[in-house]
Amino acid sequence: MLIALLALFVAACGGSSDSTESSSEPTNPDGVRLSLVAYAVPKVGFDKVIPLFQRTPEGEGISFSQSYGASGDQSRKVEAGLKTDIVNFSLEPDVTRLVDAGLVDPSWKEDQNKGIVSSSVVTLVVRRGNPKNITDWDDLLQPGVEVVTPNPFSSGSAKWNLLAPYALESDGGKNPQAGLDYLGDLISHVKSQPKSGREATELFLQGTGDVLLSYENEAIFAERNGEDVEHHNPPTTLLIENPLAILENSEHPQEAQAFKDFLYSAEAQRAWGEAGFRPVDQQVAKDFADEFPAPEKLYTVAELGGWEKVNADLFEPETGSVAKIYEQATN
Amino acid sequence: MTLGVRSRLALRAVALGYLLILLLVPLGMILFRTFEDGLVAFWESVTTPASISAIGMSLTIVAIVVPANVIFGIVTALALARGRFPGKGVVQAVVDLPFAVSPVIVGVSLVLLWGVNGWFGGLAEAGFQVIFSLPGMVLATIFVTLPFVVREVEPVLHEIGDEQEQAAATLGASRWQTFWRITLPAIRWGLAYGVVLTVARSLGEFGALTVVAGGVPGESQTLTLLVHARYIDDHNTFGAYSAATVLMGLALVTLLLMTVLNRKREAA
Amino acid sequence: MSAGHAEQTIARPLRRRAPRTAVGGVGPLGLGVAMLWLSLIVLLPLAAVLVRALDGGLAGLWDAVTAPSAVAALQFTIVASAIVTLANAVVGTLIAWVLVRDDFRGKGLVDAMIDLPFALPTIVASIVLLALYGPRSPIGIDLFATKPAVVLALLFVTLPFVVRSVQPVLMEADREAEEAAASLGAGNWTIFRRVVLPALVPTLLGGGGLAFARALGEYGSVVLIGGGIPRDTEVSSQYIAKQIETDQPTSAAAVSLTLLLVAFVVLFVLRVGAKRSMRHEVSA
Repeated sequence: MLIALLALFVAACGGSSDSTESSSEPTNPDGVRLSLVAYAVPKVGFDKVIPLFQRTPEGEGISFSQSYGASGDQSRKVEAGLKTDIVNFSLEPDVTRLVDAGLVDPSWKEDQNKGIVSSSVVTLVVRRGNPKNITDWDDLLQPGVEVVTPNPFSSGSAKWNLLAPYALESDGGKNPQAGLDYLGDLISHVKSQPKSGREATELFLQGTGDVLLSYENEAIFAERNGEDVEHHNPPTTLLIENPLAILENSEHPQEAQAFKDFLYSAEAQRAWGEAGFRPVDQQVAKDFADEFPAPEKLYTVAELGGWEKVNADLFEPETGSVAKIYEQATN
Repeated sequence: MTLGVRSRLALRAVALGYLLILLLVPLGMILFRTFEDGLVAFWESVTTPASISAIGMSLTIVAIVVPANVIFGIVTALALARGRFPGKGVVQAVVDLPFAVSPVIVGVSLVLLWGVNGWFGGLAEAGFQVIFSLPGMVLATIFVTLPFVVREVEPVLHEIGDEQEQAAATLGASRWQTFWRITLPAIRWGLAYGVVLTVARSLGEFGALTVVAGGVPGESQTLTLLVHARYIDDHNTFGAYSAATVLMGLALVTLLLMTVLNRKREAA
Repeated sequence: MSAGHAEQTIARPLRRRAPRTAVGGVGPLGLGVAMLWLSLIVLLPLAAVLVRALDGGLAGLWDAVTAPSAVAALQFTIVASAIVTLANAVVGTLIAWVLVRDDFRGKGLVDAMIDLPFALPTIVASIVLLALYGPRSPIGIDLFATKPAVVLALLFVTLPFVVRSVQPVLMEADREAEEAAASLGAGNWTIFRRVVLPALVPTLLGGGGLAFARALGEYGSVVLIGGGIPRDTEVSSQYIAKQIETDQPTSAAAVSLTLLLVAFVVLFVLRVGAKRSMRHEVSA
């Protein structure tokens, strides 16, 4: 019986695809296996992109093991020793953490796309029919409205969610106090602390809260799954940019780089678009203009001073202004 | 105390009703949901590469934890039942500790010990991964299953007394011979029961693993972690139900073994 | 050994030589191995928790433990565990009674079923309860993210403890005392209260203690159906997990230490109570 167990384990070792469709895993046992550690929501994108990559000459014979979870948590796990080849996080600071730990080369964002493979916008997800008539940031502050957004200390999505209205209210960062005042009010409408963007979606779908702040791609994912929700992009919102980087100690740097390059290709960008993400390739993005309407005003983190400044000023635990408000309200 | 027919029926109804609403109906619900689309859908859901890896990982952990617990459990039980040393009460309490410790705390303690900022963090930096990898998962599982073998074997050792062992010794048997020929056969049902409990607990470990395991499909994900990941991360409710059903099946087998071994124990 | 020698050995009195270790025991090496094993697996990790909890000194420990949502989680956890333990004491005794004193077809099956929560992985318990009493409930009962949901999950996992500790005592109970009371004209309820219940008190305290400790630290069965809403349905184990995952190991260690202390104190008090009532029983 022990032998049967061992045989099972040897057979099992490494199989990581969880789809019931016929294997997206090539049968070559000696092929390269790339490990990807990602934030909570991009699986729907990688499920499309990886098979496309495997059909290219560079991607032939390469299999993938993938792990998804809250961006901050995943980043900390890699920093603490979780071995991987590629990381794809919700926002830049989670990659910077690895640069500081010596695991990622600082030049990771010096390519034509600045290391960003997919993008999205912050959106408001409500119950079908929008019973509480929530379409803009001010509607969130109505009495009795419960807002669902993840815990910013573990989730990347949470930071985007809080930064979007902050950008609007503080007039692009020029009036930080106005922004913080809004957030103070908003956070008083937040009762739960789901760990990640995906867990927040789950919590909302299970019946908690009146509105969910999330990625547009996550809203689309829920809607395509037949859930009773709809999303409304507020007129002013924030551009979400998801970075991807290769680890210095990867055992397959060439293959990893080939994958990253592929992600920038028109074919891959189109696949991201079909999965609900806004392509970063401008040519491809034009083809998706109908699905991804441009908001009236779209802030970017660059306008707010770049992630290094924003993360330090607002989100640094214990010293960041937003971090302090959040801790105060929820601790 | 004899109860009238009505009281007896009333008590029976309450007892059975309670068990029905708490245990049976929810379990039946899952089975229904798992198999309502047919056996094929269920089979496909539990034989995805990730699922097979998860089952393999769970079984691997069991394959390491059981022998470790059997060896050290018997040694500890013998020391407690037959040995004479000060502080036995303390040792008894330590053996019982895992029952009072939350699995999450087990996970936290291991991270504090073996994580990069932990007491033995140097190992992690040297490249030997304990946390997020198999060794950490095994250590967590051994912690929570430690009492079972000891607690099932020790009372048996007390009950059978050491006369036979003494007789064997006076006849010139070595310690090992005494153990193998006299002690082991006497404790075998208690040992078997303890092993079954250990296996059930190992397969079911979740709380400690959420903290200590990487949860990477194919590498550090057990069946229990797979159930959780499918439900929350993948939004794959059916997948979660079917993986849960596999675990339920294993639990029922455990239950069967427990009942059978119980009778053997009492008969012995 | 020659037959002659064996005869000689048997002829001599059995305690010819005082063994340095008990015969059949493991000797000092075995004892050392057992101690090392216990220390490495159990004591060392817990020591790490203790030390880390005191990382910021007693002041730091106090701050971490008195953070409002930590306090709320601990309060809710203790209250829920207490409710569940009391409920189990009552229902568990009832079920044990039915299993021991009643007889019906399928009783053996019901008896075996009691151990199911013990054999079932906690995450399965959570998903099972969620399927019936959650948002996708076919009977319209949605308890997701409510306090009753947490209590329900805890009832599920603590079911076996009291039942299994009361059963053997009931089985061995001396029926004579009950019959004597009956013949003196005592009603059923009085007999139960005055004769049966006192005999059960020690084991109720023991089984109840185990149930309480288990409920206190429960995580897997609560995590899906409870929703983990801070200051509402979040239990201490969830709070601790949240702290360690958001990179606050000291806070996690501090609250862990508190939870462990509560569990130990309760177990100790119940054990003392059990011993004392056993003494009463014996002297009565």
